[in-house]
Amino acid sequence: MRPFAYERCATSDDALRSGAKGARFLAGGTNLLDLMKLQIETPEQLADISRIGFDSIDETADGGLRIGALVRNSDCAAHARIRRDYPVLARAILAGASGQLRNRATTGGNLCQRTRCSYFYDIAMSCNKRDPDTGCSAIDGQNRNMAILGTSPSCIATYPGDMAVALHALDAVVETEGTGGTSRRLPVRQFHRLPQDTPQKDNALEPGELITCVVLPPPVPGQQGYRKVRDRASYAFALVSIAYVIDVADGIITRADLAFGGVAHKPWHDPAIAQMLVGQRAEAGLIRAAADALLAGAQSFGDNDFKIPLMRRLVTATLSEATGVRA
Amino acid sequence: MKTRLVINGQDHEVDADTRVTLLDALRNHLNLTGTKKGCDHGQCGACTVLVNGRRINSCLSLVCSHEGDAVTTIEGIGTPDTLAPLQQAFVSHDGYQCGYCTPGQICSALAMMDEAAAGWPSAVTADLADPVTLSDAEIGERMSGNLCRCAAYSNIVDAIREVAHGDVAHGEAA
Amino acid sequence: MTGTDTTKQGFMLDEAAQGVIGTPMDRPDGPLKVSGAATYAHEWNLPGTAHGVLVRATIAHGRLDHVNATSIADIDGLLGVYSGPRFLRNPAQGGAEEAPVQGVDIEYFGQPVALVVAETFEAARDGAMRIQLRMEADDSGVFDPANSPAEPQEDEALEQGDLDQAMQDAAHAIDVTYTTPGHNSAAMEPHCSIAHWQDGRLTLRGSYQMLKYNKMELADALDIDPARVRVLSPYVGGGFGSKLGLAPEALAAAIAARDLDRPVVVALSRQQVFEVVMRRSESTQRVRLAASEDGTLTGLGHSGLVSNLPGESFAEPLLQATRFLYGGQNRTLSLGLSRVNRLCAGSVRAPGEAIGMQVLENAMDELACAADIDPVELRLRNIPERHPETGIPFASRKLAQALQQGAESFGWNRRQTQTGACREGEWLIGMGMATAARVNWLSKSAARVTLKTDGTALVETDMTDIGTGTYAILTQIAAEMLGLTPGAVTTTLGDTDLPAAAGSGGSWGASSSGSSVFLACQEIRKDIARQMGCTPEDLTLKNGTAVCGNRSTPLTDLLTRDVCREATVKPDKAMKDKQSASYGAHFCEVAVNAVTGETRVRRMLGVFGAGRILNEKTARSQCIGAMTWGIGMALHEDLMFDLRDGHLTNRDLAEYHIPVNLDVPHQDVIFIEERDDDASPIQAKGLGELGICGAAAAVTNAIYNACGVRVREYPATVDKIITGLA
Repeated sequence: MRPFAYERCATSDDALRSGAKGARFLAGGTNLLDLMKLQIETPEQLADISRIGFDSIDETADGGLRIGALVRNSDCAAHARIRRDYPVLARAILAGASGQLRNRATTGGNLCQRTRCSYFYDIAMSCNKRDPDTGCSAIDGQNRNMAILGTSPSCIATYPGDMAVALHALDAVVETEGTGGTSRRLPVRQFHRLPQDTPQKDNALEPGELITCVVLPPPVPGQQGYRKVRDRASYAFALVSIAYVIDVADGIITRADLAFGGVAHKPWHDPAIAQMLVGQRAEAGLIRAAADALLAGAQSFGDNDFKIPLMRRLVTATLSEATGVRA
Repeated sequence: MKTRLVINGQDHEVDADTRVTLLDALRNHLNLTGTKKGCDHGQCGACTVLVNGRRINSCLSLVCSHEGDAVTTIEGIGTPDTLAPLQQAFVSHDGYQCGYCTPGQICSALAMMDEAAAGWPSAVTADLADPVTLSDAEIGERMSGNLCRCAAYSNIVDAIREVAHGDVAHGEAA
Repeated sequence: MTGTDTTKQGFMLDEAAQGVIGTPMDRPDGPLKVSGAATYAHEWNLPGTAHGVLVRATIAHGRLDHVNATSIADIDGLLGVYSGPRFLRNPAQGGAEEAPVQGVDIEYFGQPVALVVAETFEAARDGAMRIQLRMEADDSGVFDPANSPAEPQEDEALEQGDLDQAMQDAAHAIDVTYTTPGHNSAAMEPHCSIAHWQDGRLTLRGSYQMLKYNKMELADALDIDPARVRVLSPYVGGGFGSKLGLAPEALAAAIAARDLDRPVVVALSRQQVFEVVMRRSESTQRVRLAASEDGTLTGLGHSGLVSNLPGESFAEPLLQATRFLYGGQNRTLSLGLSRVNRLCAGSVRAPGEAIGMQVLENAMDELACAADIDPVELRLRNIPERHPETGIPFASRKLAQALQQGAESFGWNRRQTQTGACREGEWLIGMGMATAARVNWLSKSAARVTLKTDGTALVETDMTDIGTGTYAILTQIAAEMLGLTPGAVTTTLGDTDLPAAAGSGGSWGASSSGSSVFLACQEIRKDIARQMGCTPEDLTLKNGTAVCGNRSTPLTDLLTRDVCREATVKPDKAMKDKQSASYGAHFCEVAVNAVTGETRVRRMLGVFGAGRILNEKTARSQCIGAMTWGIGMALHEDLMFDLRDGHLTNRDLAEYHIPVNLDVPHQDVIFIEERDDDASPIQAKGLGELGICGAAAAVTNAIYNACGVRVREYPATVDKIITGLA
């Protein structure tokens, strides 16, 4: 860790002022401090935003929920409305990390979680995400945990979190305040980004821009769930995962909001998949076709070749079960 | 930078570099070495303490961010002569071997039982609407943030189950 | 000092009257451990301690030319930067007694090449991350074992009979090749040393397993008289082989502490533990089994390829149990060692059998399937009468009992022979089993026991307790022999100023150090008998009272001065006349997800015969821990190296997956009643590693039974399972 100045903010105005001067926001710290110890992140100034509010979950006028950016993951997963109306979100949070980490990690911080790529995590290795234009060591290296969708020659890292995958399925909106007093409402599906040739940017946040809350749309009918495949039974990052909100009426699929983790630089959501499924009779051939469509553009790099068939199996089984089709 | 915090019921002031984690403040500045450093990156749980009643990884938290917080470490849970029931259960069930992860396991388990009592679900909870019963699988999932390489897991679950179900028996005197 | 013949003991533990030996007594060190009051290496907080952090090489092969201390001169509280020809390239191998390779030649990525010392840990860590090194890289490194010619290990090779012919003639023949990956011990306490010089004498508070050797290694590395070195390790946060030999942090701390004239603490970061401390070598193993119609082995071949750094003699001895476990007169064994520039390979829990038995027991399962013989029955049919190579007899061996009792207790008869025959929803259920075997050694070990006039006793030895239960068992042995309650016995360990013990390694710790305490107590019993005017055989000691015939005298009345005896046990020649090993059997039930290939272990039973069990509770803990290692080895542990530069890509506990609580089901352990007179004076054998030997094979054999997928490239992660699923 490099030396840094630390400021304890009392309000979001304090935080935004510090942000404008180049401070990094410190919330739960579970990712930022991890990275700072390894000097992957080297901020000169930290603005501690853990006491500026934005720590409650409130109903919106249309019956949705506004989750404060500083709501802890554990509180979010335990919240009665989220358990009842957004179980995909509760399930995704509970599938991630450990009880201790969920007690610290925040909604906003978790959205900004950085990749677990081992080359990103080792400052002796070349990494375009950590040090732009130094090259990607992962493409020809150990790439078992790397992405298969939306990769670029610059970066094949994945977004490692679980919570955000559910938020992508739910089509949540991220609200922010910027340095000039501006505020933004960003669909979460536009918040995270693909690496392209600027993998150093994980998301659409501008420097000094503060996430204030995440808004969930009104609850929808249907089945929800989050299924995560990992190397051990708990406390491991996803190899692949799927968040789903699926509804079927009279054998016809009426909703198929899906997002996928462990496969891309962001939680993967492909609107074409919902288009393929919605309005169609649920049957095995359709589900196979949807899985094929999802993975049509997939590219793997050797060690992660298995993610393509694994994701195909997971998608097929999950959709089959949720729609009542015998796989 | 000065930080005032209450540790095991006692007021403390730590004057330390901003980089000092809560874990290193406890171990290196306050000589409370019961809290262990196993990985320093939130990947093992050996450093688990309670902050305002909640379990956290003290390695991933700056001490300066804990102004005014109440911290409970293993030293505040029971001493060798006055063990808390869960500590005694770990001894009786041999819920440890080398003992290095043990303070973290015990702090974690105490908070975990409170979380379950508050109805918090876990990844293995079948129905998110149901009240929580601490089955072995529930204990196992909720304690998976505390690694034990000696792998006393089977005994750790036995110790926690005994206390969680209010059936506090005592093992042979050491 | 008493040297001893291990076979004729006169008074045996079973004749003692106190009744504490073998009981599941709680550990005397338990209250300290559960309250955070046990003092591990980092926790002495000596006044004036400076903090050091090691600096890693960031080239794969070459030479360190210059450490640019001025590059971090801006760091507040910087005290010094150290490097040079005494730095350890890698840890010492277990029992080396001399320094490992030292110097500035860089042989692997991540090699510790310098130390930054500062007033605070935070400053030293920053300095170690940022200091500029000038390194001269060359391209002569070899990073893939496949690119390195294997050096045949002549003393491991065996050609007996004609295996090729036996394979041709066999009714059933199995010829399979498996690979196992590297493993890290990953003890929860990272390696740490505090070096403190006073009057030219060095005290090292470290986290080590075998102190008498570590002291010699440290003295040799510093080129000083060993009499000037004291090592203290009263509590060790796990070892599993990783703390057998002196590691680089100790030497670096000693150099800096001498220069600064103040205590210096150096702890490895978790990443450094992975990058610097012994890996278990990966292996490629070919097993050939030739069997007659009824499954009787007529031939057995086992060849292995392992790797290590240049200059290291350690070659993972994976043939160790293969030599004697099963019959078959035509035998071919060989072991090759390739040289790679990866971190040093050395002992990780049960070196040899851990991965050798893993593959042998998979091959036996393949034979059982091919021959359509029950896997338990196949093993029972192949237990040899005498050592199949040397012809020497076996010492006590409870293998058959373990297999039979385990099968009965586990409900083995409910196993479906057909793979994939048992399904619960998405989950395919299967059972597997494997034999456990681990060679047994006794190692020279000394202890001093003092029976005090107040009726208490003190046991002193430089033996360590790395979680194994040494405090408990030595207390129990002394209490049993001297007729005291365990509470009246204090055991002091982990100090090289005390009599030199075997140390904790190779599963010999309990039987060796326990025997030294036993022998010292025997001498004390003789002294008491003399005072009572009877023979030691006629003396009964119980609850602090000496009884002889109808005379009874409290020890506090009898003793006018403390009685202090020191004894040493060492292996005698007769022990080589029999094959000595501990045995057992593993049984496992798994569920394999038919969609994702995830495996969950649902039940696990280990049945073990390891001679006298000294403490049923701590012994059981050793076994469940080892069985859990088997789960990790079977399912997910895998050191991953970048083949371009040999660097380790999963060097932390988030990416190197050791089992978590939820990975492990309730585990059952059964001990077979056994006294092994040939093994040690206390009739105990090695136990701490036995539970890992074969355990992983039981898991993967169960996976095969569940879903019909035979993973021959460990670990059996989902990517490999799904390739064989429908």
